[in-house]
Amino acid sequence: MALYSEKVMDHFRNPRNVGVIENADGIGEVGNAKCGDIMKMYLKIDNDIITDVKFETFGCGSAIASSSMATEMIKGKPLSEAMQLTNQAVAEALDGLPAHKIHCSVLAEEAIKSAIDDYNARKKAE
Amino acid sequence: MKIYADNAATTKMSRTAIDAMIPYMESVYGNPSSLYEIGQDAREALEDARRRTAALIGSSDPSTIIFTSGGSEADNQALLSGAELGRLKGKMHIISTKFEHHAVLHSLKRLEKAGFEVTLLDVHEDGLIRPSELEAAIRPDTCLVSVMYANNEIGTIQPIREIGKICRDKGVIFHTDAVQAVGHIPVDVEKDNIDMLSASAHKFHGPKGTGFLYARKGVRLTSLIEGGAQERMKRAGTENVPGIMSMTAALEESCSRMSEDSKTLTALRDRLIEGLSRIPHSVLNGDPVKRLPGNVNFCFEGIEGESLLLLLDDKGISASSGSACTSGSLDPSHVLLAIGRIHDVAHGSLRLSLSEDATPEEVEYIIQAVSEVVAYLRGFSPVWRDLTSGKKEFIL
Ligand SMILES: Cc1ncc(COP(=O)(O)O)c(C=O)c1O
Ligand SMILES: [Zn+2]
Repeated sequence: MALYSEKVMDHFRNPRNVGVIENADGIGEVGNAKCGDIMKMYLKIDNDIITDVKFETFGCGSAIASSSMATEMIKGKPLSEAMQLTNQAVAEALDGLPAHKIHCSVLAEEAIKSAIDDYNARKKAE
Repeated sequence: MKIYADNAATTKMSRTAIDAMIPYMESVYGNPSSLYEIGQDAREALEDARRRTAALIGSSDPSTIIFTSGGSEADNQALLSGAELGRLKGKMHIISTKFEHHAVLHSLKRLEKAGFEVTLLDVHEDGLIRPSELEAAIRPDTCLVSVMYANNEIGTIQPIREIGKICRDKGVIFHTDAVQAVGHIPVDVEKDNIDMLSASAHKFHGPKGTGFLYARKGVRLTSLIEGGAQERMKRAGTENVPGIMSMTAALEESCSRMSEDSKTLTALRDRLIEGLSRIPHSVLNGDPVKRLPGNVNFCFEGIEGESLLLLLDDKGISASSGSACTSGSLDPSHVLLAIGRIHDVAHGSLRLSLSEDATPEEVEYIIQAVSEVVAYLRGFSPVWRDLTSGKKEFIL
């Protein structure tokens, strides 16, 4: 028995949407080096639709795979829908995570929310 | 390529160790406590193993060896026994170090709950304690000192002889967890002034679930397991004869090959250290010289250890890390924290522990693989981005 599901390993080995968006409309960074996982999300938003998303992650297999999966789940989606994304949904889409690894997937949900908050704050400031 | 580089976690059993076990399962399977021949043959073998084991760690008295289920049990029994002897004299203070194995640290926690006071010595950045600091910590009510011979994560070898001498002079019982040392570096309980010592077979190519506790004559052990009269009433339960015979054969073999093995292994280790040191913003954990022949432990800034291990596994390399995410707790290795690595850096640690049959080609392959994986992970690490863009300062 492997530690992670095939799905987790696939996203871990071949993470989707890795990198940065230079002129991102919203950026969110969560976690800290003390706890061991840090995630940064970059969003490109057009008409309240997430047209592009990229991530950078410092963290374990679970953290990298859930960042990757989460970006796939929100790409092309309206902001309202992306705001609803939960870490359970991310974990389920990955065919489950070991119990002690759930906390790493929470960061993906938080990173997206933080990036959308950043976008909203910027819009308000305009 | 398949490279098992986690020999500090456990080792592959040697052919000698496997062969030594079989007769005691197939033909001499009697209970050593039984009076008929097949039982007495097993008893004889067991006592022969005890004599040989004692000799291999420098003890001429076989009755100083108690066979246990491994290192953890030996550690538990040693600490409990030392504490019990202290209690009888009204001495309730124990000294150990911050980077002991959990078998020791958790036993100390239990003793604290039972009313003992525990002082944990600092481990310096080189992964070594200072004997002078130990000497200063010893009080009139100190009953026991426990300092590991060699550390399981960073491989540093403590000045055990000097520590033992201090304890002997002060009349304090000295225990050492020698699980990582026995079979790998010379250990001599007499010369090293050791009162109690723990060892475990699966760290020197013997079977798992077998180990022993050495206790010098006069150091009275407390039994952890009540029952029959085995092991001079210090450890009940029918003896694991196949395991003990196998462990003894493994230890004999390891000790007979030790000086040769440690020469080749040290050369491979040093090449590995040299190769990995070329990775920018990395650091070797623990003294470069006073360390186990096969142990290499690095921190790489900007990456996390578990993802490093998974990708190395994909390249056929089995290694380990002190990152929080590999341990299932939120904290990285207490050993790395004890030598002053801060959390950010401790998460990016890698331990490679080579076996005696490692080759130079394997070492080159590991250097290449680790360098590639570290660079790849840094490529999408937000921490690395902050470091390289100057937003944060490099620690390493
Ligand atoms: C230093 C040290 N002490 C104790 C132990 C525990 O030994 P065992 O696994 O035989 O219980 C280990 C091994 O995990 C160790 O490395
Ligand atoms: Zn994690």
